[in-house]
Amino acid sequence: MEELEEELLREILSFYQGNRGEIIPILLEIQGNFGYLPEEAIQMIASFLNITEGQIYSVASFYSQFRLIPLGRNRVTVCRGTACHIRGAPRILEEMEKVLGLKEGETSADLEYTLETVACFGCCALAPCIRINNGVHGEMTPEKVRKLFSASNEGEQDA
Amino acid sequence: MPNKRHTVLVCQGTGCISGGGEQILSSLEEEVAQLNLGDSIQIKRTGCHGFCQRGSLVVIEPEGIFYTRVQPDDAPEIAQSLLPRGKPIERLFYHDPVTDKPIPYYDDIPFYNKQQRTVLRNCGNIDPEDIDDYLAVGGYQALHKALFEMTPEQIIDEVKRSGLRGLGGAGFPTGRKWEACHKAPGDEKYVICNGDEGDPGAFQDRSTMEGDPHSILEGMLIAAYAVGAQRGFIYVRAEYPLAVKRLRIAIKQAREKGFLGKDILGSGFDFDVEVFQGAGAFVCGESTALVLSIEGKRGMPKPLPRPRTAEKGLWDKPTLLNNVKTFANIPVIISRGSGWFASRGTEKSKGTAIFSLTGKVANNGLIEVPMGITLREIIFDIGGGIPNGKAFKAVQTGGPSGGCLPASMLDMSVDFDSLTAAGSMMGSGGMVVMDEGTCMVDVARYFLDFTRREACGQCIPCRLGTEQMFEILDDITKGRGRPEDIDLLLELAEAIKHASLCALGQTAPNPVLTTIRYFRDEYEAHIYEKKCPAGVCQALITR
Repeated sequence: MEELEEELLREILSFYQGNRGEIIPILLEIQGNFGYLPEEAIQMIASFLNITEGQIYSVASFYSQFRLIPLGRNRVTVCRGTACHIRGAPRILEEMEKVLGLKEGETSADLEYTLETVACFGCCALAPCIRINNGVHGEMTPEKVRKLFSASNEGEQDA
Repeated sequence: MPNKRHTVLVCQGTGCISGGGEQILSSLEEEVAQLNLGDSIQIKRTGCHGFCQRGSLVVIEPEGIFYTRVQPDDAPEIAQSLLPRGKPIERLFYHDPVTDKPIPYYDDIPFYNKQQRTVLRNCGNIDPEDIDDYLAVGGYQALHKALFEMTPEQIIDEVKRSGLRGLGGAGFPTGRKWEACHKAPGDEKYVICNGDEGDPGAFQDRSTMEGDPHSILEGMLIAAYAVGAQRGFIYVRAEYPLAVKRLRIAIKQAREKGFLGKDILGSGFDFDVEVFQGAGAFVCGESTALVLSIEGKRGMPKPLPRPRTAEKGLWDKPTLLNNVKTFANIPVIISRGSGWFASRGTEKSKGTAIFSLTGKVANNGLIEVPMGITLREIIFDIGGGIPNGKAFKAVQTGGPSGGCLPASMLDMSVDFDSLTAAGSMMGSGGMVVMDEGTCMVDVARYFLDFTRREACGQCIPCRLGTEQMFEILDDITKGRGRPEDIDLLLELAEAIKHASLCALGQTAPNPVLTTIRYFRDEYEAHIYEKKCPAGVCQALITR
C-alpha cells in the first residue's frame, strides 16, 4: 500500500472513536474513498477497533454494498426491482452485457467499467432504469442502452 | 418572506433529478434574475411530488399550474410566462392518457384529486433543505404541544386512540408498541426510524426522507419524549444517497434551532439523532437484524424466542423501532387529534396508505389514499388504467412478502386485513400492476430469485427452501416443468412458511402461493403444453 493511501486511511479513522458499532460507517467511508476494501485497510480497521480481521470480513461479506476487489472507474448498475423486471429489465441487462462485453458482477480488464445489478434503487416510476455512476437514467430500452454507450466514451462520465 | 407574485416549485426528487431537475432549477434562477423578476418571483426547491413518471415537474403557485416533462431548455419560456400578462405554456401541461386533453391545474388531474395526502402533506410543497419552510407550514408545533401540554402517557393514549398501525409492513398497533417501550424499565432507551426500504418496487420512504425530513424528526422527537429515549438513529438504505444528505441537513438545522440536543425548547428533555447508512441487506428490515446491523454485526435475525425490541433492543436497551411513514404521521395526530386521524380509513385500518404505483399502468408514481379504497379506484381512476390497449391481469402488493391478486379481486377494500386475507399483504407499499403481457410464473420465479439471494442463511427452511422453490420455478419457465411440480411447490411453501426463523422466510412463499391460487392455468400451460401464454419465457417461445 502506498504511503499516501495509508495516510488517508489513518485520517479517515481519526474521525472515529474505535467502537465496534462504527464498523459499517468506517467500511462505507473507506470504500467511498478507495472504491473497494483493500486488504491493508481491513488490517488497520481490525487493530483500530480491537477486533479480529475475521470479524470484519464477516461483516464485509454479509452486506451487498461491500467489495473486496477493485471496481471499474465507471460503475454501471442495472436495477432488477419488480417494476423494472416486468417492464423489461432482463432485456436491458442482456443488452448491457453485450455492449460492455461483461457479465453481471464483472469488471473490465482495463478497470474502465463494472457491471452490477441492484435489488432496487427506488426509481420505479421510471422503470426500467439504470444508474451510471451517480446518475439515474429512466425508461430505458435496448436502443437507449446502445446510444448511451456508443455516442462517446465520455458520454457516460458526466452522468 | 414578503409576498411574491408567484412561487415556482421545482421538484428535486431522485426521479426528477434524473430528468435534469437540477439544471432546470439553476436555469430558472438565472432566467428570473435576468428578467429582473427576483422581487416578485420565488424559485423553490421541493421534494417529490409523486408523479415521477411525468418528470421533471414544475408547479407554479398560487395558480397551481402543473408542468410535466420539463427540460432544462424550457426554463426561458417558463420565466417569460411569469411576466405580467404572460401566458401558461400549454405544451407542458399534463395530457390525459386516454383523451389526450390538456389539464393545466394540479387539482384537476385524476392522479392527484382522489388522493388524501397526510404523510406526504409537505412533499412537493416545501423546501426540504430549509427548516424555515417546514416551520412556516406549522412544523414543530406538535412537538411544542407534546412537550408542554401533554404527559408521555397522554401522548401514548392519543396515538393508541388514533388507531395508527405500523406502516412498515406488519401493521402492528403503534400506540401499543410505544406503551411497551415506555413501560420497559431502564434509563437508557433508543428510538430508531426504519428507512431501510428493501422491498424492490417501493419508494415512498425514500420520497418522504428526501421531501420532508423534518416531519420524520418531529415524529421521532415526540416518540422519544413519550417512551423516555435520549438517542435516536435513522437507518437509511444504502441506495438512497440523497435521502442521507437531506436528513443530515435537517438534523443540523434542527440542532441549530434547539429542536435537537440538550434541554429542547427549554423543556429539560434531551434527545439527539444520527443517520446510520445501511450497507445493503433486505433482511435488515427485521427489527432484531436491523439492531444488530447498527451494533456493527451481521444483520441476522436473533433466534427464537426473540426478545421484543421494545424491551431489549439496541445494545440490549429498550428500543422503539418504527417506519418512516409511521413517524411522519405522528405530528399530524398530535396537532389535529386522534379523532380526526381515526375518522378516515376503515374500522381496523385507520388513516391513509401510501403506495408506489408502478408497472403496466398509465400513471406511475407515489400515491397516498384513504385506507378502504378499492384496488379498482387506485389502478383505474388514479392510475388511469392499463396503457396500450392491454388487459389487466394482476396487481402485486407487499413486494417479495406479498402476492399477486387477480381481476376478480379488484373491488376488494385496500387495508391491512383484507390484503392479508387474500394471501398478499400491505407490506411496505409497493403496488406493481401487471397486464396480459406479464407471465405469472416468471413473476413468482423473479421473487424467489430475490428471496434466495437475500436469505441470511442461518435457518435451513429459508436458505435451502427458497433455493429449491427457485429451481423448480426456473425449470418450469425453461420448459422442464414436471406434472408433480405444482404439488411440490405447495408442499415446500408450507414447510418454509412454518419453519423459518423470521418473516423473510415465513412470507417468501406468498408470491408462489398466490400465483398458483389465482393463475394455476398458467403454470399448467407451462408444464403440460410447454407454452408461456404471456409470451415472456423465451425458452418456450422459440419452440
